[in-house]
Amino acid sequence: MIDLKGKRVLAIGERDGVNGAAIEACVRSAGAEILYVETQCFV
Amino acid sequence: MAVITATANVLAHTPGLVRYGSKPVRDLGRDPGLVDTIGRHLRTYEDALAYPPTQAYVGGIEPEQLRSLPRPWFTARLPDAQALGPFGDVLSEHEFLGLLKRCDRARLVQIDEETLDGASRALAERGLVTSVERDALTPSDSRSIDDAVKRGEAIPLWLGSRVVGSIARGHEEDDSLTANVLLENLAAKTTGVLALRRLFRMLDGRVGPSDVDFVLAGSEEAVGDRYQRGGGAMAKAIAEDAGITRATGVDVKAFCASTLYAVFNAAALVESGVFARVVVVAGGSLAKLGMKYRAHVAASMPIVEDVLAGIAILVERDGAGPRIRLDTLGLHSVATGSSQQAVLEALVMGPLGKAGCRLTDVDRYATEMHNPEVTEPAGSGDVPTGNYRLIAALGAMRGDIPRDGVKDFIARHGMPGYAPTQGHIASAVCYVAHACRAMAEGRMRRVLFMAKGSLFLGRMTEMADGVSFMLESGGQRS
Repeated sequence: MIDLKGKRVLAIGERDGVNGAAIEACVRSAGAEILYVETQCFV
Repeated sequence: MAVITATANVLAHTPGLVRYGSKPVRDLGRDPGLVDTIGRHLRTYEDALAYPPTQAYVGGIEPEQLRSLPRPWFTARLPDAQALGPFGDVLSEHEFLGLLKRCDRARLVQIDEETLDGASRALAERGLVTSVERDALTPSDSRSIDDAVKRGEAIPLWLGSRVVGSIARGHEEDDSLTANVLLENLAAKTTGVLALRRLFRMLDGRVGPSDVDFVLAGSEEAVGDRYQRGGGAMAKAIAEDAGITRATGVDVKAFCASTLYAVFNAAALVESGVFARVVVVAGGSLAKLGMKYRAHVAASMPIVEDVLAGIAILVERDGAGPRIRLDTLGLHSVATGSSQQAVLEALVMGPLGKAGCRLTDVDRYATEMHNPEVTEPAGSGDVPTGNYRLIAALGAMRGDIPRDGVKDFIARHGMPGYAPTQGHIASAVCYVAHACRAMAEGRMRRVLFMAKGSLFLGRMTEMADGVSFMLESGGQRS
């Protein structure tokens, strides 16, 4: 468990797992600042 | 009623093209010495042929049989592996190069005499080229091949450690017509032609090239020039070299969902009465060869991303085969949202609801059927199993299966991944042939096909996409 409040986050998501937009929504709600967000596809 | 009456699944083993995959090309540009490392990890044709996922793809075994084979599969060679499986061919590289030459309408490919002679003979024995076509191919001498490469106008084509040919650029100043781009496009065309020619051989005269009304291509290439990258033309180009005369065709594009989109569009054209027979065809993706080679090298395993895949599907109005249930179409709309739950709600629960089915009423779910032996070493996990877990979880939330029934659901309604990482083909359509066979033998009644497309990779949107439909037994010969 980490406290994301005030942290800066680079969010790299994955299509078949948790995508970047979902990570962004979660960490933003926890008080983090999003610097970069991207979704990748590994297949 | 639109039914699938024939399907061909083909592979071409092309270890010499691994160096031209997108990832190897970029890495070799930085470190040319990597070519030796890559070379040490390439497979022989015999190893690729006897590889269990290869045989699952061409129908020599059922995908479910992979479960009983110990991993790693690359050490479990199947003893009775055939170069022509029930669903199609596994071409060797020299055969592929011969067909590449045959498909080169722009006269950019040179192949030496020894290679071309051997390829032509082998392709004729397979019944894939006629004697007239075989004799029409002109070989090049080694000096001409070497000169084109030395002048920087062409890139070499390899057979093992030997340069046996070359492919030239199409224009001096057009980044869309470099030799590498044209090789990628021509490789897709060639494997599409291979699939379509095999399809017609399977049909044995019942449906010939002149009986086809329309062609839809769903590959991953971008054919075009500097003023229109990705302009299209693959469907008609493949049609021409498969002997089709009175039909034309268009390309369908939606990243890895392209081919499945093409299938439902074919069914719509047939069911609406526009055409009686539509062929869906897709060739292989050269860019994805060696995509995860670094992980395979690090794991001391062969580079198993050394095959180009092709597929051809005949959709007819009535006939013997399962019907495409257009009334069950599942689509990932703009408003669907991009969470996995939202995507699967749209693509799985959508069709089930329209068909009035529970999760367990469908015999098999064909999803992203990527071979886990390719993806796991690179940290990408077991893609089909991940999809099945999510589908089962949604089913449990709906009350279709018990909450502790996920494992049992996957065992009964899922299957191991077996497709090469050729995205548009691994995305469900590679199972059409198996589903048709199982339904013809009375082993299955319904299969749900679902494919996802990573539209966000092109930077025009942050959305993904997806399409799904149900295939159901019940087609009759008209």
